[in-house]
Amino acid sequence: MTDTVESPVLPDTRPILSLAGLDAAEHARRLGPLPRLGVEALIQLAEHSGLTGRGGAGFPAAIKIRSVAAGRGRAVVVGNAMEGEPLSQKDAILLGSVPHLVLDGLELVSRALGASRMVLAVGPDVPSRPVEALARARGVQVKRLTGGFVAGQETALVSQIDGRPGVPRDPLVRVTVKGVGGKPTLVSNIETLAHLALVARLGGDWFRSAGHPDDPGTSLFTISGAVARPGVVEAARGSRLADVLASAGPVDPAAVLVGGYHGAWVPASALDTPLTRAALAPYGATMGAGVLYVLDTHTCPLKMASGVARYLADEVAGQCGPCINGLPRMADSLTRLANHGRDTRLPAEIDRLRRLVTGRGACAHPDGTARFVASTMATFDKHVEAHLAGYCPSTKGGRR
Amino acid sequence: MTRLHVDWTRCDGHGACAELLPELFGVDDWGFPVSRTADRDPEVPRALEERARHAEKTCPLMALRRI
Repeated sequence: MTDTVESPVLPDTRPILSLAGLDAAEHARRLGPLPRLGVEALIQLAEHSGLTGRGGAGFPAAIKIRSVAAGRGRAVVVGNAMEGEPLSQKDAILLGSVPHLVLDGLELVSRALGASRMVLAVGPDVPSRPVEALARARGVQVKRLTGGFVAGQETALVSQIDGRPGVPRDPLVRVTVKGVGGKPTLVSNIETLAHLALVARLGGDWFRSAGHPDDPGTSLFTISGAVARPGVVEAARGSRLADVLASAGPVDPAAVLVGGYHGAWVPASALDTPLTRAALAPYGATMGAGVLYVLDTHTCPLKMASGVARYLADEVAGQCGPCINGLPRMADSLTRLANHGRDTRLPAEIDRLRRLVTGRGACAHPDGTARFVASTMATFDKHVEAHLAGYCPSTKGGRR
Repeated sequence: MTRLHVDWTRCDGHGACAELLPELFGVDDWGFPVSRTADRDPEVPRALEERARHAEKTCPLMALRRI
């Protein structure tokens, strides 16, 4: 093992959060200057590191940068801090505690792409004050945007930056080809940018030294629900779910919702599942934006899930027929089941509706909602049976 | 191979595509087209190409596109 003399030493398992709270001078002292990389060098580095997008879709960072580089006209780079997922807090934590690292990432990529414009898109629930002056000083435009669950989807974000309503558009023309102002646009979650800022300094091998070979690096996870200490933690990908949750102190877990409202359940019997794409796939889950929500054994999962389905139905952008019509109907059926509507046709109807909406919208909202509902029905099949018989295993014997 | 793509942000469930191309599109509970194939954007067999062209022109909201 050889150490490069100048490389700062960061903890393997939480490199990003280990830099929390540093002022500009200390940040620069710890990490050294931000290297200037050409676009090919950046793409190769990103490719070698194996970094995937940390915003939800998990797309390889290198491929996305490459497609923007191949576009016509000068690129625009957008840091996505919309935090549309109600259970996520990592964007707020990143902007609040490592703003210099986020801005480093934005600048690194913009320089490499020769971008004409850098934008930091900040959602309504994310405090932007800590970063505003710093951003301005580095030529980054901070855009405080409105919007709910779908406003952070790439095409919706681009629309809103351009002064149009923040709703998704037809995805046939990708924003990497035609985004902000009609220019090739890289929309990248701010956690992805923060990782890139470290990879540029420390290298792809360093990044790969944490995490799983097929899913390297660390991720930020927002832990909430039935836990003693909710909050944001950083952990290596491939860590066991139980180990990541341990710091938060889960209380009587029945299942963990992995990936947020568009995610899927991992039952408490499988808490030794490693957090990798491959290991989560059998549950239909992905890490998404790193949300981990613990459901306890005293809470009815169907009640909880019907509340989420209702929220997601209310968050429909109102453009696509199948989503406008299908999501409320699906939420209604799930709510009836949760309320002990003893109609044995309900499970089949819910199944039919979630298949019906899948793949039939301009954005991922119908598919994500359908995935969550499918996972709920499969994971809590005993609850479904019990509800159809008129009782609930979580609340039996009266109130806890 | 040509495919038919529905721009869901434009589609109003008029139903012309399903009427002209029943082999490729059915309609859902609300009159919006449903691909009859496993693909989101169904492939157009050679025999249906002429009708696909016609359907594209007929969609009153220009929501159907051959890609």
